[in-house]
Amino acid sequence: MPAIEPELQALKDNLLDMLSLVRNQMIKCKEAIRDNDTSLAEEVIEDERRVNIQELAIDRDCENILALFTPVATDLRLVLATLKITNDLERIGDNAKSLAKFLVNNNDEIERQWLKAYHLEDMLDIVVEMLKDMGEALRTEDTKLAKKTTKKDEQLNEFNKKAFKTAAELIKQYPDHSKNLLTLFLVARNLERAGDLTKNIAEELVFHIEAKVVKHKKDQK
Amino acid sequence: MKHIEAKNVNVYYGENHVLKDIDLTIKENTVTAFIGPSGCGKSTFLRTLNRMNDYIDTFRKKGKIFIEGKDIYDKKVRVEELRRKVGMVFQKPNPFPKSIFENVAYGLKIHGISNKMEINETVEKSLKQAALWNEVKDKLDKPALSLSGGQQQRLCIARTLAVKPSIILMDEPASALDPISTAKIEELIQELKEKYTIVIVTHNMQQAARISDRTAFFYMGELVEYDKTSVLFTNPSNKQTENYITGRFG
Repeated sequence: MPAIEPELQALKDNLLDMLSLVRNQMIKCKEAIRDNDTSLAEEVIEDERRVNIQELAIDRDCENILALFTPVATDLRLVLATLKITNDLERIGDNAKSLAKFLVNNNDEIERQWLKAYHLEDMLDIVVEMLKDMGEALRTEDTKLAKKTTKKDEQLNEFNKKAFKTAAELIKQYPDHSKNLLTLFLVARNLERAGDLTKNIAEELVFHIEAKVVKHKKDQK
Repeated sequence: MKHIEAKNVNVYYGENHVLKDIDLTIKENTVTAFIGPSGCGKSTFLRTLNRMNDYIDTFRKKGKIFIEGKDIYDKKVRVEELRRKVGMVFQKPNPFPKSIFENVAYGLKIHGISNKMEINETVEKSLKQAALWNEVKDKLDKPALSLSGGQQQRLCIARTLAVKPSIILMDEPASALDPISTAKIEELIQELKEKYTIVIVTHNMQQAARISDRTAFFYMGELVEYDKTSVLFTNPSNKQTENYITGRFG
């Protein structure tokens, strides 16, 4: 077994751990909304620190592998893809944290029906599912699954479009709560962004496994 | 322009079939690296390019090798003339036990050049091209063997350049050198490709990746993959190549 093999395996394991941490943040956000439980939202905020630590550790491992093992071909692509995926995951984690912060700080002022109107739980379900598929795709090197998952991003785009209309209608109805209603619109947009970032992860997986660059495909045509 | 062209080359040492159906074209003013595990045939192929294998009794070759469009195994070809045109640098620096000057001038003399001025000029030019002149210009009469390993290897390159070759074959030219000397040889190869076509056998994959334009991967006498170096080291099309360059061979 080449010396780089255990290093790459450890890198992949750490990346899967980070993915699972971020996914759990999103699951907790969903449960915090569903059960009106701010303690879960507080956990999401606390978890952000762990996500950041994991990101730094993976970055350091990538640097070491590049410097000490000079990887090529599929090994090099794994390291390069990992560097980008950790960046995407950290940003998805940030999105979870800002949603959690909003829930903690404004819990008493938020009407449950608003959260429903913005379809936040539905959006969180999709993000969680996409992240789950991405973990499976990375673990089993299944690019078909990664590609299939990116299609779910379209549902998030739709919810985001609806959120704009919802914000306009609710602000008319509750002008005194416009700040919170606008923030909820931004939360929906952040979840749509989380979908985009998960899509980026799928593209990096395709690059790692198939050596194909699929990002910005439309721009290249 | 095609500089070297191998067509369906097969080489045998007695019963041993060491090169199988090799087809390969090398353009002029490029650096081509041959990589592969020990015994894969890369050095044998390199040596067929200036007929170094002719000395081996059991050596047999089928197929054709053309250099500048001429079949180098044609009966009319003078081997000494071929080797002047296709110079070679070996793994271990092998200067003659003579002065630095004599080492570079030696090839000129055996090719019948006796004009002192011409010899002096060529020695200086060759040592400059080999990036050694500044280090030895004040001690040209000193023994070549007093130089460091890296300097000796650059002296051997200067000796090769003195007889004005168009192709330089290098068989692991830096494997016996320290990292600084290796870097100097690699830098030199980059400069030399402006004027010469260079073919290098190396076990150092990073070296192949750093200095060559194209890389050929040999395995068990076959040319498995031949492509741009940037492609072969990032996205090889053959699984065997990928396993070899990522160290998962066997």
